[in-house]
Amino acid sequence: MTEQKTVTVNMGPQHPSTHGVLRVVLELDGETVIKATPVVGYLHTGIEKTMENKLYYKAIPCTDRMDYLAPMSNNLGYCLAVEKLMGIEVPEKVKWARVLLTELTRIKSHLVWLGTHALDLGAMSMLLYTFRERESIIDVYEAVSGQRMMSTYIRIGGLAKELPKDFDKWVRKVLKQVPQGMQDYIDLLSGNQIFINRTKGVAVISAEDALNYSLSGPMLRGSGIKHDLRKASPYSGYENFDFEIPVGRIGDAWDRYLLRLEEMRQSLRIVQQALDGMPEGPYRAHVPGVVLPPKEDVLYKMESMIHHFKIITEGFETPRGAVYQAIEAPKGELGYYISSDGSNKPHRVRVRPPSYINLGALPKMVEGRLLSDVICAIGTIDIVLGEVDR
Amino acid sequence: MGLEEKIPDSIILTTVDKMANWAHKRSMWPLGFGLACCAIEMMSTFAPHFDLARFGMEVMRPSPRQADLMIVAGRVSMKMAPVVKTLYEQMPNPKWVLSMGACASCGGVFNNYAIVQGVDRIIPVDVYVPGCPPRPEQLIDGILKLYEQIEKESVKDKREEWGRRIG
Repeated sequence: MTEQKTVTVNMGPQHPSTHGVLRVVLELDGETVIKATPVVGYLHTGIEKTMENKLYYKAIPCTDRMDYLAPMSNNLGYCLAVEKLMGIEVPEKVKWARVLLTELTRIKSHLVWLGTHALDLGAMSMLLYTFRERESIIDVYEAVSGQRMMSTYIRIGGLAKELPKDFDKWVRKVLKQVPQGMQDYIDLLSGNQIFINRTKGVAVISAEDALNYSLSGPMLRGSGIKHDLRKASPYSGYENFDFEIPVGRIGDAWDRYLLRLEEMRQSLRIVQQALDGMPEGPYRAHVPGVVLPPKEDVLYKMESMIHHFKIITEGFETPRGAVYQAIEAPKGELGYYISSDGSNKPHRVRVRPPSYINLGALPKMVEGRLLSDVICAIGTIDIVLGEVDR
Repeated sequence: MGLEEKIPDSIILTTVDKMANWAHKRSMWPLGFGLACCAIEMMSTFAPHFDLARFGMEVMRPSPRQADLMIVAGRVSMKMAPVVKTLYEQMPNPKWVLSMGACASCGGVFNNYAIVQGVDRIIPVDVYVPGCPPRPEQLIDGILKLYEQIEKESVKDKREEWGRRIG
């Protein structure tokens, strides 16, 4: 009888289906995975440390570069945390605009997920279709902020600038184009036997395990637990919107595929409501010395100019204490913990990255399964290495 | 009708350099390798809206052994630097490197302990594309600049250069 031996395979950090630079050390017996160990840190950027050395305002661009598929959600989480620390109440219009933009961000993030996940499983043309629709959302980003990806549009106490005049036009284009595109995706994938075989019953995580691994977002809801921070602890006026929280049944990759598609539909509903009901008003809260005054005032009013100068050069002093603010980012619960020592820079910023914590369940999902299921599991978690490693 | 009538049916005279550069330039295969945010813009460039296939570059090679061009798309961390260097060394000659974005070119906003302050500290770079992240048009422009550079190259210089490197 031959001796039983296992083989150790090193997957990544340069591997086309690890979504960046994830490295997984796999111990294989034939094609069966005995042990999987994710190795992270290949994109460690020191973002949390960098933010400690920046004024509160100047730390916002760092947040964009964590989850670079959903920059606006990251901005929102950080700005809400600082607003909570400072006790700033933002105008209604700002809340609605933020909801609209973060829901577009959710669709944008899910589109990239869908394209890359299908690409990993062999449906190569999906990426081309999803990036087509993604461009329409990028047009909105570009219209509001002038940047395609790293918009830094959501600021402390409001928005970077007024919504553009043709904002309505761009968003309506998204509302028209994305549902059409989604029909294409369903035609291509939902009846595709290869895709079904590769996702049904694969990468299963039970509801109990999902809770034990403290998963969040679609990973948690895919297992049938109806928990969404937009309903559980509404922020930024989500209580005003009418939408459903979809849940999966058994928590496999197929359930999560259907769930994310449904989430995109619900996001479109929210965008529609936010666009139709967008209230009039200022785009920034009026808190002199803390929130930057509107640019037009800076040019013509002495006090505004002084406030602007003071905020940009010295920042503002915060009360001592610590806050935690979590939002429902496309990938799950994105939390910011800011500890303040009373100075103009944060003493410590700690981010709770959803995809990092969701990645922790990878060994549970793949051990005992086949090697090809690892690809599916990594895809279905929807990791972004920028956020995992920070 | 078209080109067939214009060219003579016997011999075309050209130089080895022109021929080699033309071939290098028109069938360049990039390494399918993304690091951070810029990789998403790189994917957008390959996607239908910008369609890099117009420049003969639609094939992304996941293996460095089959690639000619390395697009360093994103920040290179200290932990990733040896991997990037290994990948570069695994690519066969002739090879080119395009540094995409501020982080790969100079460290960008992350001037800290974790990020290599410019990928040119570990591998030679041919073209730098600024931006955070650069727009797909900028990346295409960078690639066209690289094409211009390749047109000026000489096989003789390359041979001497590689000879030195091996020796």
